[in-house]
Amino acid sequence: MTRDGGIVLRVEHLTMRFGGLVAVDDLSFDVRRGAITGLIGPNGAGKTTVFNCITGFYKPSEGRLALQRGDAALWDALERLTESGGRGVIQGDSALYLLERMPDHLVAQKARVARTFQNIRLFPGMTVLENLLVAQHNPLMLASGYTLFGVLGLPSYAAAQRAAVGKARTWLDRFGLIDRADDPAGVLPYGAQRRLEIARAMCTDPVLLCLDEPAAGLNPRESAELNELLLIIRDEFKISILLIEHDMSVVMQISDHIIVLDYGVKIAEGAPQAVRNDPKVIAAYLGVAAEEVAKVEAAVGL
Amino acid sequence: MRAGSPGERVRNERSPAAQAFRDAAFAGLIAFGLFLPLIGFLTGVNGSNQLILTTRWPLLFAFVVVVAVCRFTYCFARASRPAPQPASATAAPSFPQKLRGYFARWGIPCAIGFAIVYPFIVFVTAGASGGQKWIDNFGIQILIYVMLGSGLNIVVGLAGLLDLGYVAFYAVGAYSYALLAKTFGLTFWLLLPLAGILSSFWGILLGFPVLRLRGDYLAIVTLAFGEIIRLILINWTDLTNGYAGISGIPRPTFFGIPFNADDNGFAAIFGLEYTPLYRIIFLYYLILALALLTCFVTVRLRRLPIGRAWEALREDEIACRSLGINTTNTKLTAFAMGAMFAGFAGSFFAAREAFISPESFTFIESATILAIVVLGGMGSQIGVVIAAIAMIGGTEILRQLDFLQKIFGPTFDPTQYRMLLFGFAMVAIMIWRPRGLISTREPSIFLKERKTIAADLVKQGHG
Repeated sequence: MTRDGGIVLRVEHLTMRFGGLVAVDDLSFDVRRGAITGLIGPNGAGKTTVFNCITGFYKPSEGRLALQRGDAALWDALERLTESGGRGVIQGDSALYLLERMPDHLVAQKARVARTFQNIRLFPGMTVLENLLVAQHNPLMLASGYTLFGVLGLPSYAAAQRAAVGKARTWLDRFGLIDRADDPAGVLPYGAQRRLEIARAMCTDPVLLCLDEPAAGLNPRESAELNELLLIIRDEFKISILLIEHDMSVVMQISDHIIVLDYGVKIAEGAPQAVRNDPKVIAAYLGVAAEEVAKVEAAVGL
Repeated sequence: MRAGSPGERVRNERSPAAQAFRDAAFAGLIAFGLFLPLIGFLTGVNGSNQLILTTRWPLLFAFVVVVAVCRFTYCFARASRPAPQPASATAAPSFPQKLRGYFARWGIPCAIGFAIVYPFIVFVTAGASGGQKWIDNFGIQILIYVMLGSGLNIVVGLAGLLDLGYVAFYAVGAYSYALLAKTFGLTFWLLLPLAGILSSFWGILLGFPVLRLRGDYLAIVTLAFGEIIRLILINWTDLTNGYAGISGIPRPTFFGIPFNADDNGFAAIFGLEYTPLYRIIFLYYLILALALLTCFVTVRLRRLPIGRAWEALREDEIACRSLGINTTNTKLTAFAMGAMFAGFAGSFFAAREAFISPESFTFIESATILAIVVLGGMGSQIGVVIAAIAMIGGTEILRQLDFLQKIFGPTFDPTQYRMLLFGFAMVAIMIWRPRGLISTREPSIFLKERKTIAADLVKQGHG
């Protein structure tokens, strides 16, 4: 299966060290536009660290993280941008950003990378609708004239808020949460909270959606529904998805491309079918019989 | 108890009376231990200036008996009370629910109406001289604290940043007005916004170093900030006149007309007999307008993106950052907005008193304002107003209880029991309403139905 819409995110030589621990070691991969890229690996392989680097929560020790939207010709400006020391170049609707140079909120606001968290991070004391409005903070802030017009009660802000509620309503409809719109997020069942977190991320109009174990804790029916939702996001809204997941029924069914990490190193990459049969991946996940250790180590390159 | 139901647990072998008696005896023993040094012994000075120790056994005995009897009554009543019946869920709205509906609809307009006619009610009931006291000590004082509480509510209640040095901004507002008015002769109406701006500037100045701090550390640094401001006011005598304070601060005028006995004063121009009452009534309506403006703005801010961002920050800061919210700016605006209202209140305070000194800006003021916010229910504007009335009005009421001297003797001073009662009130609140008087959260927007959010879901922030 090929979905060649070009590259949206290019990770090059990403290294993240915590003191003496190398969590991610010289990792390079590309995320294709309008595709679902799976990032898998055993526990502690460094998947969430990669996410935290991409979304600006960690500053990588080394490496370049370039995100591009709009006109693909902008990739040619990458080397110039890197040398100039700037954060990004913008040409009309197209833009190219170096994520490792941006603080976390700008990665979300300017580069439009949205993320969810492994342990759900909603605003539990706010209603479902309020959660989705907080996600539209920056456009609403602009519409409220940085609070000034809003305090004065100008109609332009009221219109902007109506539009924001309309957008929230669209996503709530999509995710089957419309009946719970006025309930506090904290009382939703676990599966609904997972969906709400993705809906909230979608309200930021992302270019790249990073999902950290979205199927964790879901039952088989719920993860099948999640699969459908992610495919809708990919096909209908043309949004690229980077997905960390342990649930192989999710990863193998919907991913277009899979990257396998083990101890911070990429051990395999390719289409789901190829990765599934890769001996290195099987060794990383399941281990090998004692008599085969030497053989596999030689194959893996240890 | 329903007899014969299989899962019934055996509660007590003892009879309720015996159990209650045992509890009462134990409570009496604790009371004896506590009150023995407090009440049992009294130190005094005799005629030849020697320290003498007198004992007050009957009084101590009375305290212990009262505690024991109360405990007995409470335990006995609780043990013999039948198990509560589960309420039927499908019942029509009961009378209290209807009452609550009416209250929600008409409560706020009625309260504002009452605040507007309050001076006239006081005059009719207490007369001119008595009324002055009720407007000044009650009305104006409470409304100042409504303003201060609203401002701190933004920082503590909405943004979840615990600020123990809030009085510093109150002081900045007061001293800004006092110094600028005395030195440059600027008017109250110009200095009111200026004091707010200067205070919010200091709010941002405090905000920067504490951005990365949370919880206890944030509380300690803000506490220190409050003390630093107070110590500067004490020690920079060239500017602030130190402990002696600043006196003769110009009072606010009625659109340029001063409230004095001169020919061009308020009374003379309007053909009235001069009395200081007009100034007090004017000040009352001034602070009422300011407090209403504060309430209006804070309620409005909650429904704006900035208010939602404050609350989201209280709920989960990391999630905020993942949604593109600049948490640095959001925290700083919370500090700045909170400080601005304190600055308004401070400049009003200086204009009303015409004298300020560092004595007015001690830590106990910060504690009182924080107590108003916590007592009212963090984040609730109505809660702040109710708590300000209860806390400030309550302590002022203590000054009015002269009849108690007839019972306890002429040396009895009810105001001395202020902190004791304050402590009792706090303990009672902790037991019955640990999240404040209004503990539920009203959503800022709704699609179909406004559902209040239970207190246990709402986070209290990391402060």
